[in-house]
Amino acid sequence: MEDLIELNIGPQHPATHGVMRIKIYLDGEKIKKAETFIGFLHRGSEKIMENLPYQKAMIWTDRMDYTAPILQNWAYVLAIEKLLKINVPERAEYIRVILGELQRIAAHLVWLGTHLLDLGLMTIFMYTFELREKILDLFEEISGQRMNPSFFRIGGVAADVPHNFLSNVKKLLPEILEKIDEMDKVIRNNIIFQKRTKGIGVIPPDLAVEYNITGPVLRGSGIKYDVRKNFPYSVYKDLDFDIPVFYEGDVFSRYMVRMEEMRWSTKIIDQAIEKIPDGEILIDDFKIVPPPKAKIYNSIEEMIHHFLLVTEGFKVPEGEIYTSVESAKGEFGVYVISDGSSKPYRVHIRSPSFANLQILEKILPGHYIADLVAIIGSLDPVFGEVDR
Amino acid sequence: MSELINLIQAKFKEDKVDIKIELKDIVTLNVKKEDLINVIKKLKNSEELLFDYLVDITACDYLEKGHFEIIYTLLSFARNERVRVKTTVEREKPEINSITSIYKGANWFEREVYDLFGIVFIDHPNLKRILLWEKFPGYPLRKDFPMDKDVSPPEIEDIY
Repeated sequence: MEDLIELNIGPQHPATHGVMRIKIYLDGEKIKKAETFIGFLHRGSEKIMENLPYQKAMIWTDRMDYTAPILQNWAYVLAIEKLLKINVPERAEYIRVILGELQRIAAHLVWLGTHLLDLGLMTIFMYTFELREKILDLFEEISGQRMNPSFFRIGGVAADVPHNFLSNVKKLLPEILEKIDEMDKVIRNNIIFQKRTKGIGVIPPDLAVEYNITGPVLRGSGIKYDVRKNFPYSVYKDLDFDIPVFYEGDVFSRYMVRMEEMRWSTKIIDQAIEKIPDGEILIDDFKIVPPPKAKIYNSIEEMIHHFLLVTEGFKVPEGEIYTSVESAKGEFGVYVISDGSSKPYRVHIRSPSFANLQILEKILPGHYIADLVAIIGSLDPVFGEVDR
Repeated sequence: MSELINLIQAKFKEDKVDIKIELKDIVTLNVKKEDLINVIKKLKNSEELLFDYLVDITACDYLEKGHFEIIYTLLSFARNERVRVKTTVEREKPEINSITSIYKGANWFEREVYDLFGIVFIDHPNLKRILLWEKFPGYPLRKDFPMDKDVSPPEIEDIY
């Protein structure tokens, strides 16, 4: 260890995709040992959520993986809905699927842009962010927010979509597909990209299982596990889609998985738009869902419900639950223990980036220092979620 | 799920371990902390169960009852089922055996629990705080840690 060069990267470094610090020990240009330090963005979300009423705690899930907030909201509302034993109207479920899959595409586009920025293909960054902007415009149209929509509610979604929203989404889908194909053509056949990604950062399947990897990284190692298929939630059972799996386990196969996933997401959205039924978008239990404003002003009962919900929140029966959704990064799990009051006794977030990042120390040794950015980019950690 | 309960009951019949099986949202095993390693080893290695994937480790502080609960969530790809293993440790002496020898990925999860709850994992290869800095006073996810506690930010030497 004595004659190795010690090099410190981060926490403020563009190639670490956030605030991560890595200490690497170099022999020439080869990494011999690596240590990861995280926690620079720790805000104590779990403690804060335990001290907020159930419906107010939701906004903290937006601020975890800030590139895919909708998918995190989804995991949280699913957990509370299961504890309350309520069924969400079908139209709301379809709206959730459409928004969730749009969010997945947007999150993968951020990954694609930044990953290739690290690898030197800078043009792609402009392409992806232009396309992502169009998706964020759609979110703005429905919720007023580009980044942290918090559009889901316990019991449904906040509002029905505007009348031209679904047709706008439908119009955008071919454009997304076309742009993805165009970018894929530029990237995949690029000899520099291939040399920098093939055979780099290989995670064999047994290692991936041992280090509890999920999401595109696991599927890039050849294991077909996706929460949407293995533990179907919402209406994914009724939708026809496949899980892309690639077997090399290197940076390139993780790239392939994510590109394919974006294509499948557009197909899922397309089906959901075809299948979406008319009807309610929220359950009509005013003990859980705030009554409509018009009713609050005209009826004493609704007024009381509204007052109680705002001041106290609703009570959730005793129990515990673990639910998870397939977030853009992997299995995003929410574990809630309820003691019967209006605040959760314990909320724990099983964040996929945190679980995935652990393998970095294991796979870095033996690689050149230039491969470091490629490997970090392919794991796609988002530090709001790692540190929570 | 009842099939899984029967299978687990049959598996642990000959062993002298005290397991209480409950059916919550998923099958939940309550074990004593001395038995934890054996139970988890058996869940992982038994051919019919094959819970080879560790999903999550977390803890919960029950201040009135005077103990911590440690919660392990396991997944079996072969059975496509999850199982939860729970154990308790005393608040006065929060110590438990580490399962890093069974699942390598338990490393960071256990460090997180140590960091936020102060539960010591015996035989852990690198038991250091992970999200907070070493000199952070107290363990924030314990229920007796006040929300408005005034903690001064770390010195630069503490985090580098």
